[in-house]
Amino acid sequence: MRILKHPVLNFNRGKEIEFVFNGQKMIGYEGETIAAALHASSIKILGYSPYKHRPRGFYCAIGNCAACNMIVNGEPNVRTCVTELKEGDVVETQVGKGEII
Amino acid sequence: MKTVELAIVGAGPAGLCAAISAASMGSNVVIIDRCKDIGGQLIKQTHMFFGSEKQYASRRGIDIPNILLDELKQYEEKIEIITDATVLAIYEDKVMTILQGENYFKIKPEAIIVATGASERVLAFPNNDLPGIYGAGAVQTLMNVYGVKPGDRVVMVGAGNIGLIVSYQMIQAGVEIVAVLDAAPTIGGYLVHASKLARLDVPILTGHSIKEATGTESLEKIIAWKLDEKWQGIEGTEIELEVDVACISVGLTPLSELLSQAGCEMKYVPELGGVVPLIDQNLETTVNNIFVAGDVSGIEEASSAMVEGYIAGLYAGKKLGYSLLDFDELVDDYKMQLNDLRSGHHGDRIRNGINKIMRGEEKC
Repeated sequence: MRILKHPVLNFNRGKEIEFVFNGQKMIGYEGETIAAALHASSIKILGYSPYKHRPRGFYCAIGNCAACNMIVNGEPNVRTCVTELKEGDVVETQVGKGEII
Repeated sequence: MKTVELAIVGAGPAGLCAAISAASMGSNVVIIDRCKDIGGQLIKQTHMFFGSEKQYASRRGIDIPNILLDELKQYEEKIEIITDATVLAIYEDKVMTILQGENYFKIKPEAIIVATGASERVLAFPNNDLPGIYGAGAVQTLMNVYGVKPGDRVVMVGAGNIGLIVSYQMIQAGVEIVAVLDAAPTIGGYLVHASKLARLDVPILTGHSIKEATGTESLEKIIAWKLDEKWQGIEGTEIELEVDVACISVGLTPLSELLSQAGCEMKYVPELGGVVPLIDQNLETTVNNIFVAGDVSGIEEASSAMVEGYIAGLYAGKKLGYSLLDFDELVDDYKMQLNDLRSGHHGDRIRNGINKIMRGEEKC
């Protein structure tokens, strides 16, 4: 799902970053957000809603709506659309509100 | 606690221009932005701007932050930019609390310009929460900032400028646009943007909206239908669109929560996109020394946000005790630019809206 050729933009992707999503090894690029890296690998479902457990993807992608909340390195409710991907991140689909303690 | 002269919340077009004009008067400025990049939503706008040269017409939005940052460099010693930092609250004594990563701190500015911008609206229809249904701005960020396609086949909802521009940008990124829908009977955006799509045979269906979305784990199909003159769906007119993305471009709403919380008198003004502060001609709110600029006080274009930024920066500088020889000429020029940007039929709505929040004599 990555754009390889574009009439206006050149994408100088940073170095490859390895991370783990639900136990699976994935590749993203330095400088991109967790949600963008996942979307590039065709992963759209980032969590499930608190009560009806309906699938959730991002909506605004600029940190307003919180639809992209995931568990990152054990911490729930991380807005993955504005959180930069780091080497070795462990990212998990969040079901519900997430355990804070 | 650090004291500062002027704090600007938001480093988008409005905030950066406010910083330039306040610093040009001699004011010390701290700009706080929650993102790591400067420029707000300009960083994803690959299209060329309209308006006049003064608002960087015919430049691409993505190039403008650097132009503004270069201008800011002249005042380097007066300006501090704090990124990745969210302003949490503004208290009665103007103390501002800020969270940067795990670091929580306070500053005490004498004056504040709130230039927080806006967020995308959602549209109500069954299953509108399925993954694959994204805001138009979100799709723009994904494509133009990160170089990732939103999907393969897309329906765009909203034929305003953003809907039309983002549709064209998706085609540039190699995505198929199945249709552009708009509930209104006519296309809301500029003809030049609509024509680009028409030339590529993208159907623009006015008087249409989404009836419902279907899909098990993510979007598989959009069922659209025709609307009657009361904007109600007409049974029997359904069309099924097999798409993996629906892009929602039904407008923006001001991110004005900080102003409400700071005690500014607010009003719901549909023409301006939501809850906005009452302002005077200097762009000052009902709270002394809290100013606004850009979409936070009414949804417009980036060009008017920049001009408002310059104006708010000048008046904030003046209240802080600074002066400029050509202050009046500058203000007059900026106000004239704003009038131009808001002139004509396209500006009717915004002018009506502003008249509802403008205190004092000067209305537009």
